[in-house]
This record gives sequence, structure tokens and C-alpha cells, in this order.
Amino acid sequence: MNSKIFQFNYFAFLIGLTFAAILLVFIYFGSNSLRDFDPALRGFAITSVLGAFAVGYRLSVWLQRPPSRMYFNRGMKLAWRYPTLLFKSSGKKMAAQTFIKERSLYRWIMHLCLSGGCTLAFAVTFPLVFGWIHFDVGALDTIYKVKVFGVVVRELSVHSLEAKLMFNMLNIAAVLVLIGLVLAGWRRLTNPGVRAVQTFVEDILPLLIIFAVTTTGLMLTVSYSYMQGRGHSFLVWVHLMTVIALIFYIPFGKLFHMFQRLCSVLVSLYQKAGKEGEQADCVICSKPFASQMHVDDLKTVLDQLGFDYRFATSKGEVHYQDICPSCRRRLLVVNQGKMIGR
Amino acid sequence: MVAPVKESKPAFEDLEFFIDPSRCIGCQACVQACGECDTHRGTPMIHLDYVDRPTGVQTAPVVCMHCEDPTCAKVCPADAIKKEEHGVVLSAAHPRCVSCSNCTLACPFGVPKQQIEMQLMIKCDMCYDRTSVGKKPMCATVCPSEALYFGSREEISSKRKESPKNEFQFGAQTVRTKVNMMASAEAENIPIDVADFLPENDISAFAQKRNGAPDVANNAVWEDLERLPI
Repeated sequence: MNSKIFQFNYFAFLIGLTFAAILLVFIYFGSNSLRDFDPALRGFAITSVLGAFAVGYRLSVWLQRPPSRMYFNRGMKLAWRYPTLLFKSSGKKMAAQTFIKERSLYRWIMHLCLSGGCTLAFAVTFPLVFGWIHFDVGALDTIYKVKVFGVVVRELSVHSLEAKLMFNMLNIAAVLVLIGLVLAGWRRLTNPGVRAVQTFVEDILPLLIIFAVTTTGLMLTVSYSYMQGRGHSFLVWVHLMTVIALIFYIPFGKLFHMFQRLCSVLVSLYQKAGKEGEQADCVICSKPFASQMHVDDLKTVLDQLGFDYRFATSKGEVHYQDICPSCRRRLLVVNQGKMIGR
Repeated sequence: MVAPVKESKPAFEDLEFFIDPSRCIGCQACVQACGECDTHRGTPMIHLDYVDRPTGVQTAPVVCMHCEDPTCAKVCPADAIKKEEHGVVLSAAHPRCVSCSNCTLACPFGVPKQQIEMQLMIKCDMCYDRTSVGKKPMCATVCPSEALYFGSREEISSKRKESPKNEFQFGAQTVRTKVNMMASAEAENIPIDVADFLPENDISAFAQKRNGAPDVANNAVWEDLERLPI
């Protein structure tokens, strides 16, 4: 973890507050001025607001780093130039995640279960917790009205298949997540390469937290469906505790990659712009090796980071960024050979 | 099958990595062995380039030098590259890497490789699956000329007249590394000269400027031959 996350960052604090404030405004107006807000879920709502602060803070710290800021600034401008690519790349990289299939089919299925299940669960719980979706009983007590942002959008019988699917959506999400967790856990136990580099906080803890959230959530269903609600209030409390752990792990651990991977979409735009623009030729072998924009941007980023790879030579200044990686390897070896007289 | 439990042997102890590219015979044993490493199984990470194939067969084996202040990690926009407690700079974290190529372009040693389809940077992690449990990296165990050597300082000093250095001078930038490179004993660090290798008249600088390599019929060798009294 980056230790800078834990140094107080005034700007990030303000961004965090802004995120929390925006969510509060959305909760207030989205829940029909709190008329559709479910007080039973207030613990989850407070956690979400604090979570929004933490995510805003962490995002801001991240985007203040010179290379991240470079991609963010470039990407924001390029998004207007390549709107189709922005849409396509988001679908491929964020939704379908086909790059994981290239890494391994097993991991692709595992990750789709985990990310799909979690996204589904978030898509159900957040609107319910914030009061954006609310269920009212109709004229007959077997008719449910679905209200979105205070407006009735649908009326359905509680005995319909649609209603059953709707009420069990979180259980379906939980099953998906559990499949993903079993696959992930098996890989973390058996793959020697993964075992060598994994750490508890970064790789095992998130699986345990998600497992805790999922199982306590499922136990709520078991409690009210099969145990006449026995232990329900205690289970709600335990479930809330696991959700708090998850929400606060997200910004400061592995799961923050759900936000950081947005950068991969910006990278698609950046690389397309790079291909269409001028290419950088290596000053040693004269072959093109990257886009000139990328090379120039990296020089700026290196300066901002305090690195100075400039050479003052009799033939003028040479920046190591103007030399291709292959020539850098050969220069290293030839200089070493020259030094020891070989 | 559950993988065997890690051996309890401590990582590294007094063992270090020493490389002397000038001893490389280009046999590619390191390339084959590298692909056996569990953290990137099937994909060799070691670079083995010809210095200048048209004029000679000298090869350039380059592993990750594991910088103390890794440029690759600093330029990563996604916080994907981490240095672990022993100073090994690990491959990009799979969930975070966005394959932007910043690391590949910024590394002064030209080490990180991109797997574009996988959206992943992979690089030498000094066989972390092995070194973290006290074993030697794959490449160093198979290198027949000991261009890649993993052992103690006492062992290397008893075998070589050169001395290990872990400081490189790239223009104004000093880079210190975990991996040592064999250099002349009196040198403070290893300076990388660029000026001599800038091309002149479109002729490959490596062909022109590489002095005294024993494996190559370069200018210096031919000039010597011409001076022979025959």
C-alpha cells in the first residue's frame, strides 16, 4: 500500500467531503425528501456516506500522483475526440473483462462471478438503502408498487415470477459471488506462483470480507424464510459490521482496482491518439519505438517525480527516454564490457 | 493437488545476484529456465539480445536489476508495481496493471515486458517463488558461464578479478540496485556512456564503437590483424 495514502491530504479531504455531500443530496432528493427512506437501513446509509468520503479521498490522492494525473488529464480531453472508442473500450475492459480471459479462462469465469455478483448486489442494495427504490403495498395486499425516485413505475403481484426474481436478487448475487469465491480460494491455495507473491491484507482479506458479507446476507434469508425470523436483528447487526468492513476496505486495499481500472479505458484513448500522432525514433538505432506524445509526457512525469535521465554530451543533450528499451539493454552490456576491457 | 507448503528456509540470507554480461555465451539456457518460474510459467522474462548481430555474436543477458527507488513503480499510474521487504521489485499486480507501457518506456535497464492482450506487464521478479524460500533464481542455477551468478560476496570475490557494483550513472541520474554487476575494482559506479553510441553517417553505432569484444571481428580486431608482420 502506498504510505502517502495515510498522510493527511487537505485537497483529498475536500474531495472526500464533496463526494459525501453529493451522495447526501442524492439520498435526500432521490428518496422523495426522505419519505421513501427506510429508517431500518440507516446504518447502511451512514456507512455508504462515510464510504463515499473515503473513496473520494483515495481517488484524489491517487489522481494527484504525476503519472495518474497525466493519464486523467489526457484522457478527459481525448474522451471527446474518441467517444465511440470510449464506449467500446468501457464495454470490453470494464464489463466483459475479456483481457482476463487472455490471462486464463478459469480466472475470467472466477472474476465475472465475483464482479458480476458484487455489482448486482450493489445495484440492488444501494438504491434500496438510499430510498431510490421503494416498495409500497397496492390496493390489494398481494399487489406491490415499485417506486423509483418517488414515482410508481410498476405494479406487480407478489406471486409473480418477476416479484420472486426481484425479491431473491440478492440471493442470486450471493450464489454468484460464492462460486467466484470458491474458484478464487482454490487458486490461492493451489497455484504455487500465486502463493509465492500473495499477501494476507492484499489478497486473502478481501476474499474473507466478501465471504463474510455474502454468508451473513444469506443467513438473513435463512432466518426469515426458514427460522421464523429467529436471530434476525442480531444477524442484521453482524451483516452491517461486515458491510462496514467491506466499504472501508475498498478504498484502501485491493478492491480499489474497481476504480483504478477506469484508467485502462483512458489508456485505450491515449494509445489510439499516440498511434495516429508522430512516432518517436530511437536516437541510437533510429527505429520507431513509441509515440512521441508518450515519450514527451514521460519526460514531464519523470521531472515531476524528481528523476533526471539527461545526458550532456558533446553532440548535445540526450534524454534516456529518447533511447528505445532494446538499445538501453545493449548500452548497459556494452558499457560494462568496455569498462572491464572485454 | 494442494501445492507443497513453503520451505522455512529464510529468503536471501547472505546471497546476492551478480551478473557479468561479458561472460555470456548466448546458450539460452537462462531463457529456457526462466520460463519454468512459477510466477510467470511458460513466458521467459530474461532478455537475451544480440549486441550487434551483423558484426558479432556477443549477447546481452539482462534481468531486472531491482532498483532501490524503482522508476517503473514511480511512473505506474495504477500503483501496480510494488517492492517487497527484501528489495525485490515484483511484477505488476494483476488486478491493477492497465498495460499502459509507462514502466517499459521508463525503466533505464529496458526490462519490463508488456503482454498487450492480457493487459499486463510481466517482468523478472528474481524468481520470487524460489528466492523467497531461500533457493536460487532459475537462470543463475543453469548459466554455464556464470554470467548470471547467485551466491555470497565471498564466493564471487574468490572467483573473479572484477568487483561487484550496484550503482549506475545514467547522465544526471544515479540508480542503485539490489542486483550487482561485475565492474572494474577501482570504479565507484558503472557509468553508462551514450555519446559514443550515437549513430554517425547512418552506420550502426554498436558495430563501430564496440571495442575489443573477443567474439567479434570488429574494427579493432581487423586493425590489429593488419598490423601483424605477415
